[in-house]
This record gives sequence, C-alpha cells and structure tokens, in this order.
Amino acid sequence: MNTSIPNQNPIIEIKDLKKSYGNNHVLDGFNMVLNEGENLVIMGKSGSGKSVMIKCLIGLEEHDSGTVVIMGNDISKLDHSALDDLRTEVGFLFQGSALYDSMTVRENLEFPLRRHKKKFGKIKDTTPLVMEALENVGLAHTINLMPEELSGGMKRRIALARTLILQPKIILYDEPTTGLDPITAKEILLLMMSIQKKYNTSAIIITHDVDCARVISNRMILLVDGINYIEGTFEELSVSTDPKVQAFFK
Amino acid sequence: MNSIFKIIELFKAFLLEIGELSYFAGRFFKEAFRHPTEFKEFLRQCFYMGNRSLLLVAVTGFIIGLVFTLQSRPTLQEFGAVSWMPSMVSISLIREIGPIITALICAGRIGSGIGAELGSMRVTEQIDAMEVSGTNPFKYLVVTRILATTFMLPILVFFGDAIAIFGSYLVENIKGNVSFLLYYNQVFDALEFSDLIPATIKTFFFGFAIGLVGCFKGYYCEKGTAGVGLAANSAVVFTSMLLFIIDFIAVFVTDIFYDM
Ligand SMILES: Nc1ncnc2c1ncn2[C@@H]1O[C@H](COP(=O)(O)OP(=O)(O)OP(=O)(O)O)[C@@H](O)[C@H]1O
Ligand SMILES: [Mg+2]
Repeated sequence: MNTSIPNQNPIIEIKDLKKSYGNNHVLDGFNMVLNEGENLVIMGKSGSGKSVMIKCLIGLEEHDSGTVVIMGNDISKLDHSALDDLRTEVGFLFQGSALYDSMTVRENLEFPLRRHKKKFGKIKDTTPLVMEALENVGLAHTINLMPEELSGGMKRRIALARTLILQPKIILYDEPTTGLDPITAKEILLLMMSIQKKYNTSAIIITHDVDCARVISNRMILLVDGINYIEGTFEELSVSTDPKVQAFFK
Repeated sequence: MNSIFKIIELFKAFLLEIGELSYFAGRFFKEAFRHPTEFKEFLRQCFYMGNRSLLLVAVTGFIIGLVFTLQSRPTLQEFGAVSWMPSMVSISLIREIGPIITALICAGRIGSGIGAELGSMRVTEQIDAMEVSGTNPFKYLVVTRILATTFMLPILVFFGDAIAIFGSYLVENIKGNVSFLLYYNQVFDALEFSDLIPATIKTFFFGFAIGLVGCFKGYYCEKGTAGVGLAANSAVVFTSMLLFIIDFIAVFVTDIFYDM
C-alpha cells in the first residue's frame, strides 16, 4: 500500500552478522540495509533469530562477527557513552512492552529523559514532553496509573510513547502487533504510520503478521536459516513461487 | 567413587560462582565512582530497605534479648553471678548475636527481595529497556542497592542491639528489680571501644554481602518465571553462607589484633 519511494540514504547497514549460542548458529551471515524514511519489515519463523538480530543491532547482545553501522557509526567501536548517545536516536519497542512495573506511566516516560541532557539541554519541566508523547498514542488520561492497571494493548502503546519521547530517528519494533486482537493491532499499526509521517522516522518492523507487513512495509526481508533469504516489496514476495517464501503468505 | 566426583563438581561450581561474584564486585567498585551518582535512587532504596525490615529486626531483637536473658539467668544464679548479667548480655549481643542475627534476617528480607525484583526486571526485559534508553542499568539498579544495604545494615544492627538490650532489661526488671538507667549504665560500662569497632566494621561487610549477592543473582537471572524464584532463593542461601564466612574471618582478624 505504502508506495512512496524512500530516498536511498542508508541509515543502518548490517554486514555478514554472525551470532551463535553454543552450537546453535542463530545468525549465520545476515545482511541488511535500512534506508532513510523506509519501513523495512523482517519476517521469519518463531525462533529464527529475529529478536537476536535486532538486539545485536542495538548492542544488547554482542555479535560474534560482522559489522553493524548505525548512522555512520560502527557500534562495536563505540565506547559506553558514545553508544548511549547513539541510542537516543534509536527507539526500541520490546516484544513484551518492558514497562518499568515499579513506576507510574509518567515516571516510565520520564525515565529515558534523565540521561539525555546533551540532546535536550536541561529539562526543567518534563510535563509537556510527557503529555505530547502520551497524546500521540491517545492515552493522556493514564498518566498517573501503574503498568499493572493497563491492558496489554495499552501497555504496548505506552511503551511506544516511551520510545517516542526521545524523538528517535530510527524505531525498531519487535513484533508490535503480536498477541493483540485484530482491532487493537490495527490501532497500533495506524499509530506507527502516523508517527512515521509526523516525525519522519525510519523503522525496522519484525513481525509474522502478514496484514501488518502488507500495510506498513516499503520493503521486506525474510530471515531464514540465519541469513537474509530473500528481499523485495510485499507484492514481489507474495507472488514468489519459492515454497519457503510462500509458507508465510498462505 | 561417584559421590566423590559429585562433591568435586559441586565444589567447582562453588568456586566458579565465587569467581563470578568477585568480578561482579569489581564492576561495582569501578562503576560506583563514576559519574553520574544516582543519589536520589540510593536514598529511596535506603528508605525502602529500612522501612521494610525495621519491624522485623525490632521484634527479633526484642525476643532474642528476652530469651537470652531468661535462659542464662538460672545458670548465673547458680554461681551467684547475676550481677554479671548486663555485661554478659551486652558483650555477647553486641559482639556477635546482634550483628549476625540481624544480617541473617536482612538476607531473608532484603536480599531475597532484591534477587526477585532484579530477576523479574531481567526476565521482562526491563533491564534491557533501561540500557537501550541510554541509562546504565548497572549503576542505576545494582550500585544504588549495594550501597544502600552497606549503609543500612549497620544502622539496623545498631537498632536491633538497642531493642535486644531493652528486652533483656525487661526480664531483669521483672525478676531482679533493676532500674532502666542502672541497667543501661551497667551495659555500657561493660563495653569497650574494642568491642564496638570490630562489631561495627563487620556489619558493613555483612551489608555489602547481602546487596552484592542479591543483585548478582537477580541481574544474571535465567529467563522464565522459575528463574526469578531461583534467583530469590539462591540469593538467601548463598548470602547466609557468605555471612558466616565473613563472620568467621572477622572474629579471626579481631583475635589477632587482640593478641598484639
Ligand atoms: N540468551 C540466549 N541464550 C541462548 N540461546 C538464545 C538466547 N537468546 C536467543 N536464543 C536462541 O536463539 C534463537 C532465536 O531466538 P529469537 O528470540 O531471536 O527468536 P525470534 O525469531 O525472535 O522468535 P519469536 O518470533 O518467537 O520472537 C532461539 O533458538 C533461541 O533459543
Ligand atoms: Mg522475538
């Protein structure tokens, strides 16, 4: 559906990424490029290493070999503070939302702001930023609630708001719609699209949800056996005759 | 033969654990002195820990003081040495029983709490979320908690000792009609600096051990809900063992100083 052609400025480049846990070679030479303004969907079976790939990308897991370059920085060559600075430009939406359950919604959103004086200067009053982020996801009224008082879909949206508060240039979504009912999933999708329009972000979206992929992707990569098995637009892949590809579109 | 191998394996695992724990402690010292200090979170943890264990420490201290005095009274009476009661109570309570009992209680109360809390944060990826938001989770979660236990345990021990002496006074008052002032006077008369200082220094180490092991177990918690339970449980077991080892070393070292 999304037919606007993004420009070809690579903002993330992954080359020959390898990662094993013991004898389990999860990633075995994975390559990927994310261009500026692009929505790149990554599909793969459960356990194929999608989450591992995205964690290596942001430096949560150390990769065994290969390079990850984000906005011109090779992340394995950055020291702690430079990596932290880079991370303010990359938002991460966790598969399980990962809200801090001992903090209110407000404190959850304020948390990422604590360490980022470089980007925002000293923030005297965080309320406008918190409110803006909450209004973006339509949950301004939950500001004083605790995470356990929210439904799964609401948690996902709050987590999205927490990701947005640093105004990242790139957002990584790990299965944003999994485990939600179709209507809520649609809401999240619309939200992701409106965010992209509003802030002109680039995104990597991991999903096994074909509808999600159809709606949001500019380009897709199938992750099979630890490599980027095939790449193309949704239309190209959906008519592919390769049985491994077809399996996803049934 | 098989059981010998098993014991060797267990011992190996134990040493490995000690090694990893030392590495963790090293990281603590490295990060503790780095900017920025999470002072607010440190205070919050101190308050939270004190608040959670105050009542428990008070009740246990009181009962220990009471029971200890009741139990030793007949023996002392037999020798006509009841007047030694206050000094005996103060020395044994302050040197040994107070610190170790309070530390054990806190290992159960605070250590397991830290293990479970950090463990569930690890399992639900909250620690990862902190990391990607550019906050150093080790500093924010681990350093503050270890510092908090290190500073709070001496205070809790002090408090527990005071209550235990009060419990002991109650028995003496009922059985022997001693006034409050007189009893506390006798108690403090019996104490010397050389009793107080090693006993206090020891409690800092106890506190450090409780925080360190709780954080270590929680921070490296295995995925899954079972992992969280295991983290909390093994935090208590491992800490208790460590507390006795530290106590042993402390007594040993103090003894050497006495001889000198
Ligand atoms: N910390 C770890 N230690 C050992 N093995 C791991 C670890 N993390 C992931 N794995 C292994 O890596 C493989 C890929 O896991 P990953 O979580 O990336 O799958 P996924 O593609 O995200 O699946 P899902 O769609 O279910 O989220 C699995 O086989 C898993 O067992
Ligand atoms: Mg996953």
